[in-house]
Amino acid sequence: MSGVTVFGSFAAAAIGLGLYGLITNPRPLRKIIAFNLVGSGVFLLFGIVGRRGTAAGVGNDPVPQALVITGIVVAFSATALAIALLLRLFQTGGPLTLGSRAPPGPRSDPSGD
Amino acid sequence: MSTATVFEIALAAVVLGLAIWTIAVPDTYSATVGFVAYGLLVALIWVRLDAVDVALTEAAIGGGLGGVMLLGAAARLRGSEVATAGRCSPTVRLSAAILSASTAAMLAFAILLLPNPPPTLAPAAVSNAGATGMANPVTNVLMAFRGMDTMLEKVVLLLAIVGVWSLAADRNWGGRQGPRHEADPKGVLAFLARLLPPAGIVVGIYMLWTGADHPGGAFQGGAVLASMWLLVIMAGLADTPPVSSPRLRLVLVAGPGLFLAVGFGGLCFGAAFLAYPVAIAKPLILGIEVAMTLTIAATLALLLAGAPERSVEP
Repeated sequence: MSGVTVFGSFAAAAIGLGLYGLITNPRPLRKIIAFNLVGSGVFLLFGIVGRRGTAAGVGNDPVPQALVITGIVVAFSATALAIALLLRLFQTGGPLTLGSRAPPGPRSDPSGD
Repeated sequence: MSTATVFEIALAAVVLGLAIWTIAVPDTYSATVGFVAYGLLVALIWVRLDAVDVALTEAAIGGGLGGVMLLGAAARLRGSEVATAGRCSPTVRLSAAILSASTAAMLAFAILLLPNPPPTLAPAAVSNAGATGMANPVTNVLMAFRGMDTMLEKVVLLLAIVGVWSLAADRNWGGRQGPRHEADPKGVLAFLARLLPPAGIVVGIYMLWTGADHPGGAFQGGAVLASMWLLVIMAGLADTPPVSSPRLRLVLVAGPGLFLAVGFGGLCFGAAFLAYPVAIAKPLILGIEVAMTLTIAATLALLLAGAPERSVEP
């Protein structure tokens, strides 16, 4: 039992949990959080693969590390865009759920455009 | 079992508990708080995996800035929660559980069955470090060996900010982002917003500078600078700049612009696109990193500020 095994199982579990939340929760903000959980698990899998490549005196393969750093920044910007879309939807009075029994929300546009 | 392994199992268990909480708790605000704690503890896992550069990025961007963004959104959406609660049918939930569990199981098996010895690019990255004059192999990969990824990521940041800006209502087009923040001028927030930024700016610049040889770099330094700017904005000591400001737009294109210019320079005078001449590789990379840090700091803070909500005229 090593760190790779422990954290590898954890990363797989995080991806599974995130996938479950993404499918079952009808609220968009919860879907965004669940999607970020999947992303965090995928990044950790990268880190674990890099950890196994501990050659040449470095603790973790620098190539997956650099890709994960880029990935974290891209995931952050995608999340920011998703949240901005969601808040705009809330402002214009659109429905804030993706459930099948969504109540018909008021369709007025209080921001006046 | 060694002490280190016991610590790793305990850490993984706590983080897994937070992940379950994040998915299972009914209230969205509680789920968001759980996810912020999760992000900060995942940074510890990255330290245990000996990836300090990623740990710094995860703590600053994933945990810190991402947490502020999610908490802000959850707070603004709180009123809408009660009416819109609705659950999937048990059949859908059971199928989703089976799908998710089998996905997780397959991934866990794939990790356990990876080839031994593992394929790795670490020796190549370390042995070619002399080409750029930087000792931190992660910075070398980011800026030189996989420089194309890093440049395109700057473009993604730019696209994201254009997307957020374009969500403005017509009359707020070109205006200031987010609501105007007010804070008690004698309160804790205003006090911190005066106390922390001088030290925080020094830390951010240090992280950028030390990234050449040690863990750190443009992303981590930029995230620290962005959080300092946001702190001042949230305390009401400064306002978000109007998005039509030419100076602001210049800062936003400085990073990707300089990166592209150096890339085309490599095409004209060197071997290939983004190939640095060996003699001046280090100053070129540091120059790009400085411009990138400014761009990253501005973009991250503005992404958090949200869509323009106030027109420029008072």
